[in-house]
Amino acid sequence: MLGEGKVRGLLQEGLARSRADQTELVLLSWDGALTRFANNTIHQNVAEHDAQVLIRVAVGRRIGSSVTNRLDGGALERALSQAVQAAAAAPEVPDFPGLPGPAPVRRVVAFDEAAAVASPRWRAEQVEGLLRAARAEGAVAAGALSTGVHEVAVANSRGVFCYHAGTRVNFSTVVRVDDGSGYAERTAWRLEEFDVVELGLQALERARRARRPREVRPGTYPVVLDPYAVQDVVGWLMYAGAGALAVQEGRSWMNGRMGSRVLSERVTLWDDGCDPDGVPLPFDFEGVPKRRVVVVDRGVVRGPVYDTQTAAREGKDSTGHALPRAWPEAASAGPVPGNVFMVPGDAPLDALIRHLDRGLYVTRFWYTRLVHPRDCVVTGMTRDGVFWVEGGEVAYPVRNLRFTQGYVQAMAAVQGVGSETCLLGDRFGVYRVPALSVGEFTFTGVTDF
Amino acid sequence: MDELVARALNAAQLHGARYADVRVVETTRQAVLVRNGAVQAVSWSEDVGFGVRVVADGAWGFASSHRLEREEAERVARLAVEIARASALAKREDVDLGEPVVQRGSYRTPVETDPFGVSLETKLALLLRADEEMRRVRGVTTTEGELVFIRQRKTFASTEGSWITQEIVESGCGIEATAVRDGEVQRRSYPNSVGRHQQTRGWEFVVEQDLVGNAPRVAEEAVALLSADPCPDEVTTLILGGSQVALQVHESCGHAIELDRVFGAEAGFAGTSFLTPDKLGNFRYGSELVNITADATLPGGLGTFGWDDEGVPAQRVDIVREGLFVGYLTDRETARRLLCLLGPSPYVTGRSNGTARASGWNRIPMVRMTNVNLLPGSWKLEDLIADTDRGVFMDTNRSWSIDDRRLNFQFGCEIAWEIRGGRRTRMLRNPIYTGITPEFWRSCDAVCDADHWVLWGTPNCGKGEPLQVGHTGHGAAPARFRNVRVFGKV
Repeated sequence: MLGEGKVRGLLQEGLARSRADQTELVLLSWDGALTRFANNTIHQNVAEHDAQVLIRVAVGRRIGSSVTNRLDGGALERALSQAVQAAAAAPEVPDFPGLPGPAPVRRVVAFDEAAAVASPRWRAEQVEGLLRAARAEGAVAAGALSTGVHEVAVANSRGVFCYHAGTRVNFSTVVRVDDGSGYAERTAWRLEEFDVVELGLQALERARRARRPREVRPGTYPVVLDPYAVQDVVGWLMYAGAGALAVQEGRSWMNGRMGSRVLSERVTLWDDGCDPDGVPLPFDFEGVPKRRVVVVDRGVVRGPVYDTQTAAREGKDSTGHALPRAWPEAASAGPVPGNVFMVPGDAPLDALIRHLDRGLYVTRFWYTRLVHPRDCVVTGMTRDGVFWVEGGEVAYPVRNLRFTQGYVQAMAAVQGVGSETCLLGDRFGVYRVPALSVGEFTFTGVTDF
Repeated sequence: MDELVARALNAAQLHGARYADVRVVETTRQAVLVRNGAVQAVSWSEDVGFGVRVVADGAWGFASSHRLEREEAERVARLAVEIARASALAKREDVDLGEPVVQRGSYRTPVETDPFGVSLETKLALLLRADEEMRRVRGVTTTEGELVFIRQRKTFASTEGSWITQEIVESGCGIEATAVRDGEVQRRSYPNSVGRHQQTRGWEFVVEQDLVGNAPRVAEEAVALLSADPCPDEVTTLILGGSQVALQVHESCGHAIELDRVFGAEAGFAGTSFLTPDKLGNFRYGSELVNITADATLPGGLGTFGWDDEGVPAQRVDIVREGLFVGYLTDRETARRLLCLLGPSPYVTGRSNGTARASGWNRIPMVRMTNVNLLPGSWKLEDLIADTDRGVFMDTNRSWSIDDRRLNFQFGCEIAWEIRGGRRTRMLRNPIYTGITPEFWRSCDAVCDADHWVLWGTPNCGKGEPLQVGHTGHGAAPARFRNVRVFGKV
């Protein structure tokens, strides 16, 4: 970990060396480790220490960028020079709004000393605790436990400087018993929120109940979705359509639906980068403070999140959701919500199942891909436990199914919302979501397992 | 550099490693992105660091750092051994790498024109011109073009005595046009989707693709798709374009033959495989026309190199021979384990076939695809269409999904045409096909010839935790499959 003082000095030195009209420097550092297990043994166990500076410069309205993970002054100077050369060769960007100026950023504590100093031995002992339990039950466990510290800082030539250090802990496991498998996963920034063995036992119990699955025909069924499956639904709705660039280009599920009740009134979704119940980051990669943005309010589509460029196109202020603009991919993706919350309901998971007369209870979705953006139609598979429910009781496990389903329609058909939420993460963000009961969900294929 | 490597190896041994290797990797990347006539990104990046992998107390440990300093080399080596000792708390058996591998030498991607030597102005002019050609077409709403160039220099050294240096160069390019009308969104891409096509070649690769020449067609097809009929829902004959065959090979064969995956190493994340060891040498994977190789020696592939990241030389191995499943992708550890499990046979040698690859200095090598190829058949595409009375021809991937054992897949393509009476007729939108891997490949009754065969690049293959994005190659030509479920209403 570099620490705020060293980071500030490094970025100030970089700004001082720059010969561009405007300069933005983003520092990302990661000091983390991951212990991976399979077949009831630790088979991969790794650690990484990396830090990089992402540079964006403007020469007039010409923009260039560069990235380096060499942090000495000479390397930074070379990287700055590369960015300026790139800008000099590029045509003007007519709608470049300029770099944002300074604004007050909330200090949010998301650093847990215990998570920061977790040792290889601590991780191995946690994993071995789960593996011991799995062996005793004749089960086979696989998964990963990771801990680490990240630092993010943004400085620009208009006077912005903001810094955040946080910890992150992730755990996921697939436990197999005979032909049944179960799953458990959690994300947090505090170590104390983790009980690896308890989560593993939840997966083991699910696997035991998933043994000897029967076939169910493809079709449209009511479903209860565990939070793991809900995270996929919410994640795609956010990533594929809740950013302003997607809306401005007409490829979002929000287009033509602003202000309309499109989803169930039980669905409220918002993004809040300052909420310690998530994994907070209180500013974006342009150094703009993150605002709390309600994307869907009781089923009504309220609007997307913005960065400075998409906001300027509409005469608005950025909501603080820019990705690092030195990443070429960010130009296509535009701003995205990365700290997403869904309002819980008042029904425990058992009650959601009890209200299901005939339908499916799904643990998680796997390998989901966007088929069509208009209704956020997604295909994917069920995995690690899917069950037939009859008369409000879990009757028997069924074989995995392929689905092809508009996630907009699924969220329009929400009939019940779980009272407990889980914090889960993927490549694009973190999501605190409950279980859901959905009136109709379309399955289009089956497997023999 | 040499001193850093030597120090790391020494430190690992001093702290108790039975085996250690060090990889120093330096990657330079240039990316240029044009969108709607404006330059969105002109980016240059460098990424350097080293990783130390050790076996201590019979278990694996790995640590890595971006700081190329002698003291850091010693710290990282010490940490790798500490991690290995922690791994040993939960080990069932000792790591077995088989016979030592001792290799020395160097390898360099042959390029005609160094892409980093071509001016930025030339690159921007190419993309802006292609973009302009696309935007001339009425009805196009979003256009995008991308160029990517990568140079990776790697040094590998091990306590067994290997010392290898390599320089791999990649060039990638692509354009795409999107059309939106009345809530319908359609996209066409060229030469491939998901951003680009890529090979281990120089600037000459980009020139050959003729982005500007293809731009009007790409844009016109995107607009035409808005008015096209949806692909009908039926079981029919399916002809796939070469890039889609390449992805079909990647997902339903390439991942299924990764031996670490077969042994459960990915069970917690990417999944396992239906191609279990009992099927080796006796399972009919496809029809007799289906011949698949893994070939890291093919010029130009994203899986082409001199040695893998364990120092094992690049090889060509048979995977499927006349439809029969005959080979896995292996690294040193899994090859040894397969030998212990099945004993020696024509399909089992106990030696790695050189597919251990790491995505960078901060990741461990794992079994990855090299160039996994469907070998060419004997058909011309026009003859194949003429020989098809009724069916659908689909091209260019739009979405892909497959289950965690690599059996049940569903792929969407950007475009399709109906085939009636041996002729390509009306255009179809939102075409999707679905199937079960061995049933699908057994239904293959024609593969186009070498004139249609392209070594496609897949620069976005995900596997492992922490995630590693790998670059793989897939030689493929258009092919025909019978009795496939297709649909298009979404």
